[in-house]
Amino acid sequence: MSNIILNRRKLLIGSAALGSSLALTGCNQFDFLGERGNPVRQALEQANVLTYRAQRALIGNQVLAREYAASEIRQGMKPNGSTEPTTPEYMFLKAQNFAQYKLTIKGMVEREVSFSLDELRNMPARSQITRHDCVEGWSCIAKWTGTALGPVLDMAGVKPSARFCVYHCYDNIQRTLSGDILYYTSSDLVDAYHPQTILAYGLNDQVLPVSNGAPVRLRVERALGYKQPKYLHTIELVDDLTPFGRGKGGYWEDNGYDWYGGI
Amino acid sequence: MSEPDEHSKKQGPLVYRQSVWTRLTHWTWAICLFFLLLSGLQIFNAHPALYVGQQSGFEFDNSVLRIGAVNTPEGPRGQTTVFGRTFDTTGVLGMSGTAEAPQYVGFPPAVTIPSFRDLATGRVVHFFFGWLLVAALFVWFLASFINGHLRRDILPRGADISGLPRDAMDHARFRFHHGRQYSPLQKISYFSVFFILFPLIVLTGLTMSPGMDAAFPWLLDLFGGRQTARTIHFGVMTLLVLFFVVHIIMVLLAGPLNELRSMVTGWYRTSPGTPPEAGDKP
Repeated sequence: MSNIILNRRKLLIGSAALGSSLALTGCNQFDFLGERGNPVRQALEQANVLTYRAQRALIGNQVLAREYAASEIRQGMKPNGSTEPTTPEYMFLKAQNFAQYKLTIKGMVEREVSFSLDELRNMPARSQITRHDCVEGWSCIAKWTGTALGPVLDMAGVKPSARFCVYHCYDNIQRTLSGDILYYTSSDLVDAYHPQTILAYGLNDQVLPVSNGAPVRLRVERALGYKQPKYLHTIELVDDLTPFGRGKGGYWEDNGYDWYGGI
Repeated sequence: MSEPDEHSKKQGPLVYRQSVWTRLTHWTWAICLFFLLLSGLQIFNAHPALYVGQQSGFEFDNSVLRIGAVNTPEGPRGQTTVFGRTFDTTGVLGMSGTAEAPQYVGFPPAVTIPSFRDLATGRVVHFFFGWLLVAALFVWFLASFINGHLRRDILPRGADISGLPRDAMDHARFRFHHGRQYSPLQKISYFSVFFILFPLIVLTGLTMSPGMDAAFPWLLDLFGGRQTARTIHFGVMTLLVLFFVVHIIMVLLAGPLNELRSMVTGWYRTSPGTPPEAGDKP
C-alpha cells in the first residue's frame, strides 16, 4: 500500500514539475503548430469547420449585420492590405479613371457576362453603414454604396452545381522572385446572395478611392475584412476551390487563415 | 482496537470529494486555459491596443491600452499606455528580447503560441481550445446539476456568506480546515469563475465575431460595442490569470499532495476531528 502511495506521489510530483517547467521555459515547443501541413495543426483546424457549420446552422441566411447611424461615422475608412496596386493592367485602368473597367462573371454560369462601372452604377443601389472588422482585431465604421451581388449573379445564371464564388482581384498583394501573387478569396453562395453583399463603388458618399479598393470592392458584412476583396475584376462560379492558388480558397487562406472568416 | 482511534487523532477520514466529471473537466480547463492564454496573447499582438466603443479610433482616441515601441534619443524603447498614462515597459511589453536581437512585439515571444508572429496559427489554436472549453463547461454544468455538486459545493448559501469573514481570517493566517466541503471563500471563488468569468469571456469572445453579431445583435448592446467586448475579454483574461495564481498558491499552502490527489483520484484527506460517514476510507 505504501508503495502505491509513494508511486502516486512520485507521479504527482513529476507531473507538477513537468507542468511548471512547461510554463516557465516559454513556448517555442509549440512552434511546430505554425507548420501549415502539420497533422496536429490540421486536427486543430477542424474546429474552424465546426465554427462554419455552427454559424451557418445558427444564423439565418438572410439575417442582416447591424447597420449604424450616420453619426457613428467618426473617421475615414482605414486602408489596409494592398493600398496602391502596381500591376500594369490596374495602372492602365486607373490612368483612364476606370472607363474601361469590366466586372466579369464566369465559370459555372449559363452565360458569361461583363459589366462596366457605369452599368453597375445604373443598377439598383444600396447604401449601408456597417462596421468593418479586421482579423487583426480593429474595427472601423463606414458607409458603403453599391449594387447587390445576388441579382448580378442571377443575370449570369448560376448553375445548380456551383458551390462557391471565387473573387479575382487586380492587386499584387505579394511580390516574389517567381512573380507577383494576385489577391483572391472566395465565399459560399450564402454569403454571395446575402442582401448586404454588395459590389461597392462608393465610400462615405464619395467615389471609392484607390486605397480602399477602387473601382469595385466586395462587401461581405458578416465576415472579416480579408473576405471582402478590393480591386475586384472577375467572379468565377466553381464547385471546387483546390485549383486556385495553393488550394485553400484565398490568398490569406493559403497562408493559414481560416476560409470562413466569420469570427 | 485502539488503533483506529489513534489514527483518527492524527488525521480525519479519506473522503470522496471530486466526481469523475469534476476531475475530467478540471484538467480539460487547465489545458484549455494554458493554450487559450498564450494563443490569445498572440492574437492581441496583431493589434496591441484596446478601445471602448463600436470601433477603433484612428482619427480620434478611444483607446484604454496601447502597447508599442518608440524611438527615443537613447534608442528604441517599449512603451505601454494605460488610461492615458504612459509607462516604460522595455524588456517586457512593446520591446523585448536581447540587445542583439530585439523583438518589437506587444507581449514577448516567451508567452505567445507560436513564439514568432503568426496570427493565423494563434487563431487556429485559440478557436480549437475555445470550443473545447465550452464543451467542458457544458459537460460540467450538466453533470454538476445532476450529481448535486452545483447545489452542494458551488452555490454559496447564507451560512457561507456569514462564515466569510472568519474564513478570510483563517486563510490570511494560512490556517486551512480540510472539511468534507469547500470553505466559503472557495465556494465564492469557484462560483465567480463559473457564473461570472467563464460566461463573460465566452460571450465577449463571441461578440467579436461579425457572424454572431448578426445573429445576436443584443451582444453588441450588452457589452457596449465590439471593441468594448474585446477590452472586457482581455480584462477577464487578467482576472482568470489572477485566479490561477491564487489557486496555485492555495494548493501549495493547503498541502499540494492531498489537493492534487483529490483532483486526480477524487479522494481527499480531511482534517482531524472530521466526523466519518458511510463510504469514507480510514
